[in-house]
Amino acid sequence: MSAETIQSRREWLLSDRPASRLQARLGRAYVAWRRFSANRLALVGMLIIIALLVVAAFADVLAPYSPTVGDLKNARLLPPGAAHWFGTDDLGRDIYSRIVYGARWTLYVVILVAIIAAPIGLLVGTIAGYAGGWTDTILMRITDIFLAFPKLVLALAFVAALGPGIENAVLAIAITSWPPYARIARAETLTVRNSDYIKAVQLMGASPFRIVLRHIMPLCISSLIIRVTLDMAGIILTAAGLGFLGLGAQPPLPEWGAMIASGRRFILDQWWVAAAPGAAILIVSLGFNLLGDGLRDALDPRSGDQ
Amino acid sequence: MSVAENQAAAGRGSARAVAILSSLGRFLVIAVTTYLGLLAVTFFIGRVIPIDPVLAVLGDRAPTAVVERTRREMGLDLPWIEQFYLYVKAALRGDFGTSVLTTNPVMSDIRRVFPATIELATLGTIIGAVIGVPLGVLAAVKRGSLIDQVARIVGLIGYSVPIFWLGLLGLVLFYAKLQWIAFPARLDVVFEYTFTPITGFYLLDAAIQGQWDVFYDAWRHIVLPAALLGYLSLAYISRMTRSFMLNELAQEYIVAARAKGLSESRIIWGHALRNAAVPMVTVIALSYANLLEGSVLTETVFSWPGIGLYITNSLQNADMNAVLGGTIAIGSVFIAINLFSDLLYRLLDPRTKAG
Repeated sequence: MSAETIQSRREWLLSDRPASRLQARLGRAYVAWRRFSANRLALVGMLIIIALLVVAAFADVLAPYSPTVGDLKNARLLPPGAAHWFGTDDLGRDIYSRIVYGARWTLYVVILVAIIAAPIGLLVGTIAGYAGGWTDTILMRITDIFLAFPKLVLALAFVAALGPGIENAVLAIAITSWPPYARIARAETLTVRNSDYIKAVQLMGASPFRIVLRHIMPLCISSLIIRVTLDMAGIILTAAGLGFLGLGAQPPLPEWGAMIASGRRFILDQWWVAAAPGAAILIVSLGFNLLGDGLRDALDPRSGDQ
Repeated sequence: MSVAENQAAAGRGSARAVAILSSLGRFLVIAVTTYLGLLAVTFFIGRVIPIDPVLAVLGDRAPTAVVERTRREMGLDLPWIEQFYLYVKAALRGDFGTSVLTTNPVMSDIRRVFPATIELATLGTIIGAVIGVPLGVLAAVKRGSLIDQVARIVGLIGYSVPIFWLGLLGLVLFYAKLQWIAFPARLDVVFEYTFTPITGFYLLDAAIQGQWDVFYDAWRHIVLPAALLGYLSLAYISRMTRSFMLNELAQEYIVAARAKGLSESRIIWGHALRNAAVPMVTVIALSYANLLEGSVLTETVFSWPGIGLYITNSLQNADMNAVLGGTIAIGSVFIAINLFSDLLYRLLDPRTKAG
């Protein structure tokens, strides 16, 4: 490809008068990408998350040992070395392999929480914003009440009642994390509610249900995605905290928080058992934070670098 | 002053009174509904989710007679709404039932352990504010410089690190290797019989009684967990301070102050920071509330006998009354700080007064 064709493609993308909807969309995406990729930290964040996805997808290939069955006879609490990169734990399991498989559980938790909490928030926020009046007041009061709760403590109490386990931990985190999404969705709804195109759809006889679902919700998606990405780190930390307290994933699942808990007993002599999974949590939540910051700056220039 | 002007002034005065009353009324409505919401959620967790709430409270080895008595005491034969009414009434009296683990009323347990958490969270917030505010100001003033980058990275790591893990690593380094701090607890066993706490805040109690050896020992126990919590709040406080300061430094009065020939440090610390002070009071209050919550995991790592450790110990023993009582206690303080920082913001900000 010559320099000239690249040049003309860029012009096509950045054109002030896009000839088609596709061109306009691609152009906007290109501008956002240029803004995003100018931010080096955001690129680092994206690389971390891509690495997480790759590790989770190819865990079977990347992990040299089983994550759940160890060599109790020969490989208990070995320090990091050539055979076991991050050492082994008290059951003779390879810590590196457990971390690789743990990536799956981390993704499992964040994705499940996101697909439970985000739609709830979206629904509550758009309905409140579009309906207005008493519906709005009551829904937003409930949202604010949940927003005023201490999240981790409430999640603890929920799991205490539901019983420990990774699914219940997901549920508890989701129950405590939807309110910010409702606020964002409501704010977005209020800005478009009285616009001409909504009036036009109303005149055409669309039901409120259809208007909210087809014409308002899609506009809330991008700010919601930014917020969800920024929240991912918090979700990971809460899930790891629950795992650490023995309320999240149960043994022998290789969940990172639970791995730290099991390494706690040997922390003074065999520090590596707890050190490696904690570092994994730190890197992945850092990745989500960097990515979220980058997305916010790229897609929502108004907020600047505040 | 003419009659018309007098009337207008009186009208403004009464309008102001109405505005204050209505915002006070709003505040009360918000406070009451939020507390009712908290109680509704804990009621739901304690009474609705468990298949048998009596078993959840007593465990499955309780004799039948006790089970029956507790069932009646808890009012489980009544309709939901009446049960909730009784529940709220008991909670308002501070009656959260009896802890199975300690056999004390939950409220007296909470009263015993809460000062430890308050002491830890307070010291943490002080550390966070003392370092976080200047760091945020410097980052905003020298925007894009090395110190701005460092502040950003320090903050980002603070947002991303699992605190319990950092605590464990801190124990390895500062307790096991360097021996700078004492083992995880609140005080050495040596002092158990020679030291009588008054307020429950050990540092303060030791200082009042002039027992400086106790003070030093208490300090060696609290310094690491408090520093960790301080780091969490530093990450939040410095980030918010930077953003508020950037906002203030872009205002016209800063240009005016420069034109007047004021020194740069006077402009930054005297003018800009003073105007950023109102939202920062809110931020520091909120970070204090977050530390109360963050103490749950930190206390577990450091065997700090506060409400966090109380909740997690009760969790491990399926002691639901204690778990929910602790949740309500932390939740109440958390909500109160949230509400009052909001109210304080309205009271302190001259713009909301004029409006």
